[in-house]
Amino acid sequence: MIETQTTLLTWMTFTPLIGVAAIGLLLMARPLLGLSQRAVDHGARLLALLTTLPSLALSYVMWRDFDGAAGGVQFVHHTPWIRAFNIEYFMGVDGLSVTMVMLTALISSVAVIASMPWGIARDDSHHFSRRQVPGYMALLLLLETGMFGVFCALDFFLFYVLWELVLLPMYFLIGIWGGPRREYAAIKFFLYTLAGSVLMLLGMIALYYASEPTTLVDGTAAAHTFNMLKLAEQANRFELMAPILGLPFTKVVWVGMFIAFAIKVPMFPFHTWLPDAHVEAPTPISVLLAGVLLKMGPYGMLRVNYPILPEATLWAQWGVAIFGAINIVYAAFVCMAQKDLKKLIAYSSVSHMGFVLLGMAAFTPQGISGAVYQMWNHGIISPALFLIAGVIYDRAHHREIEGFGGLSKNLPEYTAITGLAFMASLGLPGLNGFISEALVLVGAFPVFKVITIVSASGVIITAAYYLLTMQRVFLGKLNEKYAALRDLNWRERLTLYPLVALMVVLGFYPMPILDLMNPTLHSLVLPFAQRTGLVTGP
Amino acid sequence: MESRVLPTNLLAFIPLFPLVGAAINGLFGAHLQRAFGKKAIGLVGVALPWAAFVFAVLAVAQLWREPEGTTLVHRVYGWIGVGFLSVEVAFALDRLSAMMVLVVTFVGSLIHVYSLGYMAEDKAFWRFFSYLNLFLFAMLVLVLADNVLLMFVGWEGVGLCSYLLIGFWYEDLANARAGAKAFVVNRIGDFGFLVGFFILFWGLGGAFTETGYHIGSGYSLAFRDLPALVATAGDKTLWGLDLFTWVGILFFVGATGKSAQIPLYVWLPDAMAGPTPVSALIHAATMVTAGVFLVARMNFLYAHSPLAMTIVAMVGAATALFAATIGVFQYDIKKVLAYSTVSQLGYMFVGVGVGAFWAGAYHLLTHAFFKAALFLGAGSVILAMHHEQDMRKMGGLGKVMPVTRWTYWLACVAISGFPIASGFFSKDEILWQAFNTNALLVPGWLPWLLGFAAAGLTSFYMWRSYFMTFTGPLAKIEGHGHGRGHGHQDAAPREQPAVITGVLVVLAAGAVLASLIGLPMLWTGHAPWLEHFLAPTFAAAEGLPKTFTGHEAHRLEWLLMLASTAVATIGLGLAWWLYRGRDNPVPAQLAARFPGTHRVVFNKYFVDEAYQRSFVWGFMSTSRLSAWFDQHILDALVNLVAALTRLFAALDGLIDAYVVDGMVNTVGNGVRASGRGLRQLQTGRIPQYLAVVVAGAVMLVVLARFIVDVYT
Repeated sequence: MIETQTTLLTWMTFTPLIGVAAIGLLLMARPLLGLSQRAVDHGARLLALLTTLPSLALSYVMWRDFDGAAGGVQFVHHTPWIRAFNIEYFMGVDGLSVTMVMLTALISSVAVIASMPWGIARDDSHHFSRRQVPGYMALLLLLETGMFGVFCALDFFLFYVLWELVLLPMYFLIGIWGGPRREYAAIKFFLYTLAGSVLMLLGMIALYYASEPTTLVDGTAAAHTFNMLKLAEQANRFELMAPILGLPFTKVVWVGMFIAFAIKVPMFPFHTWLPDAHVEAPTPISVLLAGVLLKMGPYGMLRVNYPILPEATLWAQWGVAIFGAINIVYAAFVCMAQKDLKKLIAYSSVSHMGFVLLGMAAFTPQGISGAVYQMWNHGIISPALFLIAGVIYDRAHHREIEGFGGLSKNLPEYTAITGLAFMASLGLPGLNGFISEALVLVGAFPVFKVITIVSASGVIITAAYYLLTMQRVFLGKLNEKYAALRDLNWRERLTLYPLVALMVVLGFYPMPILDLMNPTLHSLVLPFAQRTGLVTGP
Repeated sequence: MESRVLPTNLLAFIPLFPLVGAAINGLFGAHLQRAFGKKAIGLVGVALPWAAFVFAVLAVAQLWREPEGTTLVHRVYGWIGVGFLSVEVAFALDRLSAMMVLVVTFVGSLIHVYSLGYMAEDKAFWRFFSYLNLFLFAMLVLVLADNVLLMFVGWEGVGLCSYLLIGFWYEDLANARAGAKAFVVNRIGDFGFLVGFFILFWGLGGAFTETGYHIGSGYSLAFRDLPALVATAGDKTLWGLDLFTWVGILFFVGATGKSAQIPLYVWLPDAMAGPTPVSALIHAATMVTAGVFLVARMNFLYAHSPLAMTIVAMVGAATALFAATIGVFQYDIKKVLAYSTVSQLGYMFVGVGVGAFWAGAYHLLTHAFFKAALFLGAGSVILAMHHEQDMRKMGGLGKVMPVTRWTYWLACVAISGFPIASGFFSKDEILWQAFNTNALLVPGWLPWLLGFAAAGLTSFYMWRSYFMTFTGPLAKIEGHGHGRGHGHQDAAPREQPAVITGVLVVLAAGAVLASLIGLPMLWTGHAPWLEHFLAPTFAAAEGLPKTFTGHEAHRLEWLLMLASTAVATIGLGLAWWLYRGRDNPVPAQLAARFPGTHRVVFNKYFVDEAYQRSFVWGFMSTSRLSAWFDQHILDALVNLVAALTRLFAALDGLIDAYVVDGMVNTVGNGVRASGRGLRQLQTGRIPQYLAVVVAGAVMLVVLARFIVDVYT
């Protein structure tokens, strides 16, 4: 296969890494130039912005030039890397990953801006945006490179390395710049994700050795392959492999991979790391965690489990749907009982990610497009919600829902933005969340009737906990303790307004995003739909 | 009947105008109000609804010139397209939506004008008009939507505006709570609506074909295409019931939420916490009738399903009577009107439930006028009484507020069913059609009887409110400074300015004149004008079986008409006797005579309390239990595993300090190593962090290669 090569994705992915190097140089140059701490901090912030925004611009170019109707992998950069193990450097995006790459670029930019200390009281030197800034920014940029890479990599080994690259900076960002229980939360995050990584590693190696001889991109023969597209082509072969401990090969690998990805989703019962991680993480890190990192879970399932292990995917269809429904309803109930605003938002993420599982399990075009659009929408809405929680935490230094009251009197702009984000999250028609949830449910109903109805009841619970929160924090008599709070500042506006605008625009006009993904996703689930009897055509 | 589609570019402007108004006042209102005063806000807020009305008239005029069965359609853009599901943002005007759009824009614009006077003293004037415009936008989307999903946008949009406006005075937490209650209860109904939509979609979705998931060329979710599509899919069954029945019942569940029917009516009385123009516009004239509109829109489903029709008609009839009995015992003038609205909506459901779709729609129209007049009249009284709503503290206001009094009087005549005003004609048509239907699973006299009893109660409680408010000795205003209405310096209640009374006069005139479009065949010799007008939309209803026909039917209809008038007169007489003066002891004596009954009905049958102790309690308990489980079982298990791993790692380390093998140990060491690393790093310097990160990445690569080596 001759592919036209382009380095766009490589530049997009590794531009932030240039920022890391530049920050390193800045630190080394500090004694030579006699820079003050303040100057170094500002320099690091500036470098972070200067290396994040180009990636955003490149992602715009990618969006502009991506041919959604054509489907297939585009913007390929493909070259051998570690020949000893037939590992290639293989980057490319298709309809599944292109939206995730755009989301990464957007949310990373939001997170960098949200990490600026603008509007934070000067005497608040303990604020995360003033502590060890160069290290923070370097880790943030490293994380960004990892996230881009995960969504672009089409070589399994490359994918795995970049997956791990995401894990490490995240661990330090929570563990060093986090809240009071940051060590516990960071270790929990690390352990959980590491457990997943080990499962993924084992599965990857199993698949590698099960693959049949093929060629690398330059035509040299290879006994095995890490190329995900080639692995998918060999899906039938994996069915013939010898059982592992008496269990069918593909099912064992499928389950291992699925758990690895389900931890990231996070799927019940592997979700308990998420509330702790969010509660302790500084705001921009929560934004990235909810906005992008969680998407790596379902993305991995759709990139690995679905195309490479289709038989086992069919076998597990009902399980995925049931866990999706549990996520939606159970987490919504848990939300209802939360007292910490950030914890509530964290659990609402668990609930909303359940729609992704349900939609992808249905194998219908509406289900799968709804699932991936839900990933995108959740990637817009939940960062906004975490920014909102950050706004109040920066001002009041706590997030107890019961501790406020009547804030809308003095913070009308903040209240309006919060209300809009809550409405988007609870699936109000006209905002983006509704489109994806409705697509998921409409797509899932023909396949799972009872499960879908149970899941749909989540709309009631979700409305209840958001309105209750709205009422406790913003309505009623103003709590005089918070009479002096200031409304949104420019940093907060700069991060919140683009997200809120997207909620409205993509609610009324979702096609720019849906058109990118539809052809790829529909050809992804078509074989499953045929197998389950959904397709009865010629 | 020939149905044809005529493209137009007019319809989108109708909802667009109020949306622009909402945007201007919502985004810039605070500044505008500071810079140019409330006049500027009011101008924007009122002019744009009237512009919508003008365009509505233009559109309806265009429809009028076309032959029967024409639908004007304005396609704006493709909204959602996934596989064969393709939904447009498109607006359609047929004769049913023509009636609705005129009612909504006309009554809506009038109430906007009234609000200029009613809200004049409010600081958040701009916010009020922004919300009210937004509501009008959502309502017009609901009415004009070309397909089910776009209608749902309007459906939830009006719910949102209702929430915002009920809680408009949010500083009183009770108002905020009432708003949230309305939204959540409506969401329960919306859940039904959604499931109905899934079933509809599933029912229409015949087969997924290999060439791009087609469903055949005619697939559409547009209302005008649904009857034919549903007819072909109608033999599909799910859990023993056919498609029509399921979708019909589930859409009606949605309607019970929005239109406040048993069992979901509980939010509407609480919704009276909102400003009175809101109660008139949203909670009487327009939004709450959306459920009736939905059933009328979907008439082709119900006409095919006796079970769904029976449920609609019986729930409607039961609600009509049930709410009327509560209305009899209320003292808050707005609560009387609220329960009255619930009850009148019940009548509308009886109408559409027995297949008399046009009669349901007609009652919707007449009710919009007379109930808006009643609410706004009550608002005028409440202003005059300095925000006192208890009728026991009112009285004699007729002398000082003549316009309010006589418009209220006319509206009372209309609602209680005297054959000189519109309410009689619409309600009587519904009752007669109920009596005469043979399409239900129950005999037609059953819903008729419930409705007939409710009619007597309606007359009684409405005249009771009239006499308590406007007759007897003149009330004194008690000095309770409710915060609002500081401007009233004089103590004595007096008539309101023309911006308020003018609207009352127009609405009261409408309540009388609306009779003209629905005069019964018995009187005029031909079918009522509105029935004829709406007939193309309700073609499905034509073949529904009747019990009586011909001469016998005429005799019975006359008889029932007389009975209705008689029962209304009895209601009026009783109210006159009991409440005309201040001092009739009989009501108190009756209450003392039947203390148990009185207590139960006076407390609204304790339904709210029962819901609180069953559903709400169960809901909150489940939530607390889930959170407890999550924290104390699931998370504790995780922590236990972590602790055991650490312990195991430590033991293993003692036994075999150097050989690290197996996943568990790796994990255990990871914990300890990272814990150590963390402690050092916190005091460390930047290059150190980076070194650790890079080292970690390298380590993982090495680990991977190590494993690879082991396996090869």
